[in-house]
Amino acid sequence: MSISLDIKRSKREKSISADGYPESVALEVRNLNVYYGPFKAVKDVTMDIYARRITAMIGPSGCGKSTVLRCFNRMNDLIPGARVEGEVNLHGQNIYAPDVDPVEVRRRIGMVFQKPNPFPKSIYENIAWGARINGYKGNMDDLVEESLRAAALWDEVKDKLRQNAYSLSGGQQQRLCIARAIAVRPEIILMDEPCSALDPIATLRIEELMRELVENYTIVIVTHNMQQASRVADYTAFFMVDDSRTGYLVEYGESEQIFTRPKDKRTEDYITGRFG
Amino acid sequence: MTIDAQTFAGQRSHDEAFSAVNKEQLQRRHQIGKVFELLSIASIMVGMLFLIVLLVDVFIDALPWLRPQLFTEFPSRFPERAGLRSALQGTLWLISLTALFSFPIGIGAAIYLEEYAPKNWFTQFIEVNIANLAGVPSIIYGLLGLGLFVRSFGLGRTLMAGALTMALLVMPVVIVASREAIRAVPSSIRQAAYGLGATRWQVVWSHVLPMSFGGILTGTILALSRAIGETAPLITIGALTFIAFDPRGPFDIFTVLPIQIFNWVSLPQKEFHDLAAAGIVVLLVVLLSMNALAIYLRSRFQQRW
Amino acid sequence: MAVTKLAPQGIERGSLSASKRQRAAGESAIQMVLFLCAVVSIGTTLGIIYVLLQETVLFFQQVSPLEFFGDTRWTPLFASQRFGVWPLVVGTVLVAAGAMVVALPLGLLAAIYLSEYASDRMRRTLKPILEILAGIPTVVYGYFALTFVTPLLKQIFPQTQTFNALSASIVMGIMILPTVASISEDALSAVPRSLREAAFGLGATRFEVATRIVVPAALSGISAAFILAISRAIGETMIVAIAAGQQPKITLNPLESIETMTAYIVQVSLGDTPHQSLAYKTIFAVGMLLFVMTFGLNLVSHWITRRFREVYE
Repeated sequence: MSISLDIKRSKREKSISADGYPESVALEVRNLNVYYGPFKAVKDVTMDIYARRITAMIGPSGCGKSTVLRCFNRMNDLIPGARVEGEVNLHGQNIYAPDVDPVEVRRRIGMVFQKPNPFPKSIYENIAWGARINGYKGNMDDLVEESLRAAALWDEVKDKLRQNAYSLSGGQQQRLCIARAIAVRPEIILMDEPCSALDPIATLRIEELMRELVENYTIVIVTHNMQQASRVADYTAFFMVDDSRTGYLVEYGESEQIFTRPKDKRTEDYITGRFG
Repeated sequence: MTIDAQTFAGQRSHDEAFSAVNKEQLQRRHQIGKVFELLSIASIMVGMLFLIVLLVDVFIDALPWLRPQLFTEFPSRFPERAGLRSALQGTLWLISLTALFSFPIGIGAAIYLEEYAPKNWFTQFIEVNIANLAGVPSIIYGLLGLGLFVRSFGLGRTLMAGALTMALLVMPVVIVASREAIRAVPSSIRQAAYGLGATRWQVVWSHVLPMSFGGILTGTILALSRAIGETAPLITIGALTFIAFDPRGPFDIFTVLPIQIFNWVSLPQKEFHDLAAAGIVVLLVVLLSMNALAIYLRSRFQQRW
Repeated sequence: MAVTKLAPQGIERGSLSASKRQRAAGESAIQMVLFLCAVVSIGTTLGIIYVLLQETVLFFQQVSPLEFFGDTRWTPLFASQRFGVWPLVVGTVLVAAGAMVVALPLGLLAAIYLSEYASDRMRRTLKPILEILAGIPTVVYGYFALTFVTPLLKQIFPQTQTFNALSASIVMGIMILPTVASISEDALSAVPRSLREAAFGLGATRFEVATRIVVPAALSGISAAFILAISRAIGETMIVAIAAGQQPKITLNPLESIETMTAYIVQVSLGDTPHQSLAYKTIFAVGMLLFVMTFGLNLVSHWITRRFREVYE
């Protein structure tokens, strides 16, 4: 028994494969282990994140998907006691190498969080802040407009750019956060359960937005909603947690394959709802 | 799978638009951050350094005068014959009387506010009032004591007037600390007691007060330790700086330890300054002991529920 | 039979209501007593206002408010009495301003360090130090100002007078620093983690996150802390009574002797001023002014906290 799939994503990637070029890799993950103090949260993750694709990470609660996601932009550095072993390679360079500046990594690899967290500033300032911090020299008004358009928010807020960001609805705030992340021109956008605090309509809008954005950005999304993963993601990684509460990667492949012909029985059990 | 930087050609590379992400700008941002971090640690270090220098300076000045005569002698025109005898007794009397007046009323007010008071504007008015009183300069309390207790009540510049004044001064501290302790008692205990048919006072007396006792005790000791160091209000109500006899009761004139220190430091001779330092050492030791006692009691009565 | 066995021995319906009435009466009495305890605080405020007002009114019957607020000499204890309060106010503000120069920046920096940089362990070690600083009696600070800081200042600035405003300012600043740090730190810690994460995620350094996101987000709490600090500096007595002098004058030179409002009240209280004299009434007039100033500042501080309490949703 398989869940009904709603494959709405476009087939454009197939045309690349038709050209015969293999998928380009945006991020190489090799033997990633994460510790919080003595506790091993994630063990031995190895996978490739493909450029300009949407990769979803799914799995039951506590299986470490968010932890792995936060390794990709070194957000775990901010947690006292967190330790990362292994490699995460961007352009062939390990972002965890000792001479790499995490501040620079985080500009290149942006993040959208579970609960929308706009700054207590105006809509305009929310977007301009990140660009200003990074020394943006161009026309700020243009950058703000561009980012808001890319996040499909421009028409709704163009007349109230100076209003406080908290006056927006939840879905709008999340799109604002996406615009904010885009404004610093990252290469990769990480999304940690971006729709879990939103209503279904807002969720669908964000999913549509993701499919637009993926033409220019690589997107990695953590979600506990399998239907969402099957709707939007090109590739899906399934995680589980073992008896000592350590998360690990069970299976990774094209979403179509994962959801219709899973290779691992545990994957099949999860997607057919036998557990989790 | 190849890592192909060209795949990003589809997206404009904006690195040149962000001037602060190239190597040197990034360095500068980090350097500024480092300087700031050092400055902010330095602020705390300034405080710490100040504290150490103060304590060392006081102790060195005080050293030759830390001898039994410090405690047995009355103040005198001659430094070799001067001591804290009357001041220490005055402090003892004052603190006891202050506790006597402020604890029942302060704790009573706390019980009322936490257990009885309805949520209306009047209660809020009382609470705002207490908060404001905590911010009134202590010398104003002295003026209050002068006009009310010394003059209107006709108590004169006695221990009684001083104690009443200090009681009003520390009352907000007692109330706030007691309220916190009472609030920490879980409502489930109260519910259980009410459910058994107890009256409100029975609940308070038999359950809430015993359980919050530790917190209340700690708070009141801290309030008293603040009172011990207070000088301005007592000077204002007329506590004298030269008392050369043991106080004979609560209606006697008096002096206290901080006032004696103030008196000695105001005199021109260096010996008296050093005597003042000795008085300070005694004062700090008393304060330290009281705070240590409060901390000990807090952990001893620490309830786990 | 079974029913009567349920009822406790000796209690019939009638006596049940009687004892219940007694209990109710007792409860009311207790509640009244407790209520009166709470009302003592209102009595205190009323008492302060009444005592100050009464003597101030009597004072202004003999000295016109125009002179009080208009004249620039304060000599109530001299033979030729002048009652211009400005020297005292200027002295108070001079010392307080100097103290704020020390306490506000250092206090805020300390708060930022504790909130944004320090590890849990460092915080646990450093906060008690600040608490100790806050717990030292002001007479000790006064002693230190006069016997240590002033001689030090004299070596740097030989024209420093033995009693001067700067000594008191510096020491007062350090005394108030912990208060500024503590309230500011509470405000900074109240800023939700999610805002910091968003800022880090955009590629900001810790300094940029702290100063350009967290501090602005906590601005109302920090402002309240600053205003409370000013209020404390204005109302502080012993440090200035010991170290700042008893020479009321209008000057901006911190190396000179001045007199603050609080020190003046102490000066008169230590003297033999007779109770019925005009000079005695002056301490209440000055006290009234002091009360109005500090009360006003405290009100502003609370208003800022309430009105601009940040909503982080």
